[in-house]
Amino acid sequence: MSSQPLVEIRDVNFTYDARPVLKGINMTFHRGKVIAVMGGSGCGKTTLFRLIGGALKPTKGEVKIDGQVMHELDQKELYAMRRKMGVLFQFGALFTDMSVYDNVAFQMREHTDLPEEMIRDLVMMKLHAVGLRGTHALMPAELSGGMARRVALARTVALDPMLILYDEPFAGLDPISLTVVGNSIRRLNNALGATSVVVTHDVQESLKIVDYIYFIADGVIVAEGTPAEIQASDKPFVHQFVHGEMDGPVPFHYPSASYQQDLGVRA
Amino acid sequence: MPIVSSVKRVGHRAVDTIWRIGYSTRFFGLILLHSGPSFRRFHLIIRELFFTGVMSLIIILVAGLFVGVVLGLQGYETLKSYGSESALGTLVALSLVRELGPVLAALLFASRAGSAMTAEIGLMKATEQIAAMEMMAVNPIARVVAPRFWAGVISMPLLAAMFSAMGVFGGYLVGVVFIGVDEGSFWSQMQGSVDFQHDILNGVLKSFVFGVAVTVISLFEGFDAPPTAEGVSGATTRTVVQSSLAILLLDVILTALMFRGL
Amino acid sequence: MERTTLDLWVGAFVVAGFVALAILAFKVGNLSTYNVSESYQLKANFGNIGGLKPTASVRSAGVLIGRVTEIRLDASRYEAEVIMSIDKRYQFPRDTLISIQTSGLLGEQYIGLKPGVDEEMLKQGDEIRQSRSAMVLEDLIGQFIAGKAESAK
Repeated sequence: MSSQPLVEIRDVNFTYDARPVLKGINMTFHRGKVIAVMGGSGCGKTTLFRLIGGALKPTKGEVKIDGQVMHELDQKELYAMRRKMGVLFQFGALFTDMSVYDNVAFQMREHTDLPEEMIRDLVMMKLHAVGLRGTHALMPAELSGGMARRVALARTVALDPMLILYDEPFAGLDPISLTVVGNSIRRLNNALGATSVVVTHDVQESLKIVDYIYFIADGVIVAEGTPAEIQASDKPFVHQFVHGEMDGPVPFHYPSASYQQDLGVRA
Repeated sequence: MPIVSSVKRVGHRAVDTIWRIGYSTRFFGLILLHSGPSFRRFHLIIRELFFTGVMSLIIILVAGLFVGVVLGLQGYETLKSYGSESALGTLVALSLVRELGPVLAALLFASRAGSAMTAEIGLMKATEQIAAMEMMAVNPIARVVAPRFWAGVISMPLLAAMFSAMGVFGGYLVGVVFIGVDEGSFWSQMQGSVDFQHDILNGVLKSFVFGVAVTVISLFEGFDAPPTAEGVSGATTRTVVQSSLAILLLDVILTALMFRGL
Repeated sequence: MERTTLDLWVGAFVVAGFVALAILAFKVGNLSTYNVSESYQLKANFGNIGGLKPTASVRSAGVLIGRVTEIRLDASRYEAEVIMSIDKRYQFPRDTLISIQTSGLLGEQYIGLKPGVDEEMLKQGDEIRQSRSAMVLEDLIGQFIAGKAESAK
């Protein structure tokens, strides 16, 4: 494996409807690491996520994966690149009209000519890795939220991707599922020798499993570092975020006219 | 200025409508372009045939029987006053094969299978299943949309034929079995005036065109629906409304083309 | 791939659809009396065709032997030219009489062929010379009244 970083994001700007969402983002994801991208709601995390997946084209700058610039790929090359990527969507996005087994087998059937017996073995291995081999005959609607997330995780790694993207993998999970999913992310990354990018706002859970953290606010990177550095950071934004304080650099009040004026009280 | 703003609103809607027509036409083109995989893996179409065709069977058969019975009763009452009850078979068969079979079956199909298709695809979009598929390097038009399109196009003429056959049976039941119109003249007059090419094949062609229209509208509305609960429910309503209008409009055009000058 | 119950249902659905089509074609429609490949074309001119339509039946002695395929106006003679296709099994003499008839008083109009005695038979594309136009009810009534007036004199 070369020492070249797997993902390089260089000076990426993205403007949506004349509204700048991302402003000059620079990031480097090294191979074998688990990286967290954090920020409050609406800070442009999901946009960044879609830029990495090649679903959006940056207004300026470039996203380079494995040495290739994403927005310069044509449809065929992009699909070839996406086969090497795994994506876990916010609520799992399991195909509701297929069983758990068929969900995990989906990509194997679409992209490979493997015989059904081999697919069966692979699916069972993937489901075993997330501890849900027993659910293979169930439909997604019959799973709990945490189990659905783990099945989705098994599906994400079905073709042993080199880059795994997680969009809010911790959203809406109970504490036990949270730990299970968190551990699975770390374990699968190590087992596959992959690189994982976790877009999240769950600070406590991600600090436990990641190698490096980027903080985004208002479309720019406001802080970055290892979990230890972040926890020790005295930057006001990071401090507010990590400790979940109500007021700070991110104000409690949405910008508005003065309170007295709105209430019609004369000063 | 209320006038200015309402003119603006009308203009907006007009532009928006043209935009959607263009977009849906491109969508239709994409479906045809990406239909290859559905035919190479025909079990995808078989699966959708089950949901669109087999699941619509009961409503089509029951509705066809009722419509036939009503045609038989009404037709008999009208024909009796001219003393030509023996033409009952002709009346029932021609109205079913040419018009009522294709049109009513398509309307039922739009509200039964079309709305289900819209809701299903809209939900797949709302729950990011479509996006997930794209990120797995699988084209959702080829994998999700095209098999449903072909299933709809295949099942529509079959359903319309069953509707018509059931309707003729309903007319026979009322006319011959209950009222007592002569069985021989019922069938022979029918056969004498229903032409295979001119009436039956044109009816099949109609239902094929309706099938294309209904499935494209349903799939497009689902694919274009805003990914929210309101978005999907709105799209489902639009599917039924637009499909029904499209069926009736196309019926006017096709009827004018097929039965002109007769 | 293995067989599933789904395939059974879909198979039954497709079969039922085609059975319905077959019923429409043979029981409801006229496909059982249709024989496009084994036919030959004949022409005839009429002064008036009344309500004759394409696909109307052609009968001889009441037996269905063919169908009207096309009707157009012969602009040089201002007569209706009717083209029909006749089952190849039935041959007719050259002096056959062709007429437009009505089934019942208000029924559908059809073409009747009354064979003559000529040795030579009509061939593909031939024209039947002896034709009798449709009886138009208004004309008949007109003639009847005129006849009454005549006899009253």
